[in-house]
Amino acid sequence: MSAGAPGTGPPSAALEHRFGEYGGQYVPETLMPALQELEQEWLKARADSGYWAELHGLLRDFAGRPTPLYRARRLSERLGRPVYLKREDLNHTGSHKLNNALGQALLARRMGKRRIIAETGAGQHGVATATVCALLGIECAVYMGVEDMRRQRPNVQRMELLGASMRPVDAGAMTLKEATSAAIRDWVANVQGTHYVIGSVVGPAPYPALVRDLQRVIGDEARAQMLEREGRLPVRVVACVGGGSNAIGIFTPFLDERQVELVGVEAGGEGIETERHGAPLTVGGRAGILHGSRSAVMQDEQGQIVVAHSVSAGLDYPGAGPQHAFLRDSGRARYEAVTDAQALEAFKVLARLEGIIPALETAHALAWILDQPAGELDLVCLSGRGDKDLAEVLGDG
Amino acid sequence: MSERTLTGVERIAAAFAQRSRRAALMPYLMGGFPTLEQSQRIGAAYVSAGADLIELGVPYSDPLADGPVIHAAGTRALAGGATVSGVLEIAQALSESVPVVLMCYANMVLAPGAPEFARRLAGTGACGLIVPDLPVGEQPDVLRECDAHGLALVPLVAPTTTPERLAMIGEQARGFLYTVSVVGTTGEREALADRFTEIVSRARASTAVPVALGFGIGTPEQARMAADAGADGVIVGTRLVRAAGEAPDDPAAAAGSVLEDLAAGLEG
Repeated sequence: MSAGAPGTGPPSAALEHRFGEYGGQYVPETLMPALQELEQEWLKARADSGYWAELHGLLRDFAGRPTPLYRARRLSERLGRPVYLKREDLNHTGSHKLNNALGQALLARRMGKRRIIAETGAGQHGVATATVCALLGIECAVYMGVEDMRRQRPNVQRMELLGASMRPVDAGAMTLKEATSAAIRDWVANVQGTHYVIGSVVGPAPYPALVRDLQRVIGDEARAQMLEREGRLPVRVVACVGGGSNAIGIFTPFLDERQVELVGVEAGGEGIETERHGAPLTVGGRAGILHGSRSAVMQDEQGQIVVAHSVSAGLDYPGAGPQHAFLRDSGRARYEAVTDAQALEAFKVLARLEGIIPALETAHALAWILDQPAGELDLVCLSGRGDKDLAEVLGDG
Repeated sequence: MSERTLTGVERIAAAFAQRSRRAALMPYLMGGFPTLEQSQRIGAAYVSAGADLIELGVPYSDPLADGPVIHAAGTRALAGGATVSGVLEIAQALSESVPVVLMCYANMVLAPGAPEFARRLAGTGACGLIVPDLPVGEQPDVLRECDAHGLALVPLVAPTTTPERLAMIGEQARGFLYTVSVVGTTGEREALADRFTEIVSRARASTAVPVALGFGIGTPEQARMAADAGADGVIVGTRLVRAAGEAPDDPAAAAGSVLEDLAAGLEG
């Protein structure tokens, strides 16, 4: 394994269970052996050049990597500084989610798992998982909130066409939080033959570190591309944050280069001063446990998890990955929120200005950068494309 | 001269030691379901039916370890306004008649902090705590605080638990070892899982505290099989919660009646 190749990650360190005080494994005892097995298998795979050869081959020929780094002409002109977009929207299936789904599915196959389950919010992770299961011939079930199934219908259709079995979740707010809880319950019931492909840097250890290891390909590529194009590092890196995987992916190679500013943009919903948002990192408050890890979370005084609100299904989540909570507290990254209205506006602005229709999730990062009057050299993760959102945005849903 | 009150750990030990049946009868109820008041009456009905120990669930927004029946009961309890405080009042009321073990998810235990939570729980007279999403070793402070108050922090073991973890869990167990009989969430099963006797023997070999078997036990026959397999206690949850849910006019009578039938399975 060549240390410098994109996506190879740090050599043989054990996987972190914690990021400062955040992370951990808060799961029923039934899942502990599966988590231990997953960690051991990932450490082996990560050190196996055969694993990387197969994954890199698929990332190149199936996913279409490396994705372009595009210097946005009219956006840069409007903002008065170079703004680069890392084009994860051009990744096969239309978002960064495939990077993780491919890596985990290959891992599941190594572990001999015959079934894969996933949760999904916007449907992009569900589509990515259904895609790789079709590619590898593995049985697939996807949990999705009924409200999300309504507002991301094209993705539901894609998953069904790809052969995944949809499991609608109509508990609670019927969005990502409930889908994740349902997927975890399925895993508890079927742990021996099933691998749970978590779609973001959330969940019990080793998932946050594992997903980071698979998504850092975004940042590794972008960093090399930026150096080649500009001869210098970006001054500021911006990404939207739901669970936080595209952000961790693009932040990771810059973490030790502290002159690079890192900004995560969360769902401000109807405004962070209301209760209707999805911005636990921005709002702060007491840390809590959600879906197996300790992190920033929206909760009431008793510890009941509160329902988030966002126009974008992928950011409509009351938690965030534990590494983000740590980056915030340690001052390495900062977190801002953008409202539904701002994101909807940015969705249209990018379409008109650059001919790129972003995912509503991604539009949050774009809205924030559009709102910054000053900057020197911006790198924005364009985490996904917005075909899935047309009906919602145009009011045809 | 005043008598020293028994600690929670001691009360639980006595309940197992002094039981009249082959295995201790250990029913579960969801605090606040169908209402706070009705759930307290369900607890009283359990006492009348001869419960040796009661598990009292705290309704939670995201109960990962619970199947559909108990999850729905929790959702209904929350919609009806059940709070941790309300459930702790039920714990206090029931604790006078029977050892009560609270079943509460980690985020609610850690919200006020482990010291405060343990203090409040001990203050109700409850005897122990089960945290279904807190694996042994993840938060040593919870065990420390429970020990400081004489509360039994009851751990769970599953059929999938490795020998190494089983040894560690058995060694740290207080009160009893909650042995999950099936791989899965709570819920009735038509037949007990394979390796049923094996898991009880494995559990017993790993620990000095009594071994209680739970998950999927819903009939007197299954309760008897659990006792035959060597379980010191039999935990019944979903069957009773379902009975309460299906009898809105008198959930306590319905659940109590089912528990009496289950108790009969443990006689002789």
